[in-house]
Amino acid sequence: MPGKMLSTQQADDDSANVFVAKLDNARNVSNILKAIHFKDTATVFVTSQGLKVTVEDAKCVQANAFIQAAVFHHFVLTQDQATFKVNLSVLIECLTIFGSGAGGSTAAASLKMCYAGYGSPLVLMLEEDGVLTDCSLKTLEPDEVLDFDFCSTNVINKIIMKSECLKEVFNELDTSSDILQILMSPDAPFLQLSTFGNAGSTHSSFSKESDMVEAFQCTQTQSNRYKMQLLRPSSKALALSARISIRTDARGFLSLQYMIRNDDGQVCFVEFFCAPDEEMEEPDH
Amino acid sequence: MQGMSAEANEIYVELCPENLLRALRTAQAARWVKMKLTNKHTPCLTVEVELPSIGSCHRLAVHDIPITIIKRRDWADYAEPEMPDFDVSITMPTLKMLKNVVDKMKNINNFVSLSANQNGEMKLSVETDMVSINTHFKDLFNPAWRRDAGDAGVGESSRSSQGDPAQFAQARIDIRRFAQFLSSQQVNPNRVICNIVNNRVVHFYLMHDDVSLQYFMPVVST
Repeated sequence: MPGKMLSTQQADDDSANVFVAKLDNARNVSNILKAIHFKDTATVFVTSQGLKVTVEDAKCVQANAFIQAAVFHHFVLTQDQATFKVNLSVLIECLTIFGSGAGGSTAAASLKMCYAGYGSPLVLMLEEDGVLTDCSLKTLEPDEVLDFDFCSTNVINKIIMKSECLKEVFNELDTSSDILQILMSPDAPFLQLSTFGNAGSTHSSFSKESDMVEAFQCTQTQSNRYKMQLLRPSSKALALSARISIRTDARGFLSLQYMIRNDDGQVCFVEFFCAPDEEMEEPDH
Repeated sequence: MQGMSAEANEIYVELCPENLLRALRTAQAARWVKMKLTNKHTPCLTVEVELPSIGSCHRLAVHDIPITIIKRRDWADYAEPEMPDFDVSITMPTLKMLKNVVDKMKNINNFVSLSANQNGEMKLSVETDMVSINTHFKDLFNPAWRRDAGDAGVGESSRSSQGDPAQFAQARIDIRRFAQFLSSQQVNPNRVICNIVNNRVVHFYLMHDDVSLQYFMPVVST
């Protein structure tokens, strides 16, 4: 009898689980996760602040999605922190089981998420129009995630801008180019994205006077190359975002932070770190 | 062409549905459509369509669809299948919702377990090493069937009277076939009934105003 089974599960919830979260619109979680979905597995860190979901590729790029506890209308964590790895593709399929909402459906699926601690599955319960779906996802041993040691004190150049115009540039990037060169400078051309492909080179420049640029704090001219293949997944996050912050540190490491507004007007952040393609000369500290 | 005799005045033919579909597509604005069996240089189903035009003369489109006559000794192969002796009979939830769920489950595994009981509950489950997903539908309707009780004539026998109504009958079916079945239902049926013979077969019965369609989906064993 599933009805009976479910009610007993429900009763166990609050005592057995170390983490329980509920929200009315599962899309607020699934959309953010889609923005970092470029590998099958992700590491999830649960703290009292909320969820941080990390995806890495080639030990060179890392994407973090932050879903603050405030996005959930119920968020309980009984220990300091919980960490586990899950299959992100399957997690997204589960969260969008009633349809991704893109097909004109206005109904929102409510979500309850439970985790009973190390070795336990991540349990999702979704409900839409009286139809209930329960999913039990195996959790895996978490991997150590990369520490990019990207410290705001070492940031040399920083630009905050509206995402709109960058979306166009990213959509039109020459895919035959292996690298994307990002130049940031206190002088003209200020911000320039360049590709070097089969058909020739392209340069897209933004003036610091542009309406799109909201903050411009560049202290020295810096030009770094990044593998296109590693940066391309970030366009999913870009497409969803309203604002982007582009930062580089003294080593040429790139940080891209995306501000994403969800259906309920709350703000979530997605962050990408990427190592530069070439060995840059180590500046003296 | 004629039937076998006045008593068995029937002709069984076989044709490519794509051809008939194409012929009828031109008939959407037709004043009238006439269908007849003809023997041109090959046996044909002839579809005559008279289309309206602005002028006084109407346009007549004639489609000849080649057909194959089915020999009488093979007719038995085309008899309407008997309703299986099912364990559970239940109306399906809205096909749109079901299609969404099945399309997602399709990405998880190749098989889905469809189960239902006489309490109006239906469950779809997929399972892999990584995840198990169950979708529960409730408050569905269990139709009561008036059916032939074997050879002993007509009798009222509702399965719900036998056994525990909460007992689930289950069928593990190919999810791709099931998804195909769900996406091909553009013509909105009035009601879709799902009959399950536990671990044997699923029988879908689609009722339209004046047409009914039946689908049989065999169980795939583990």
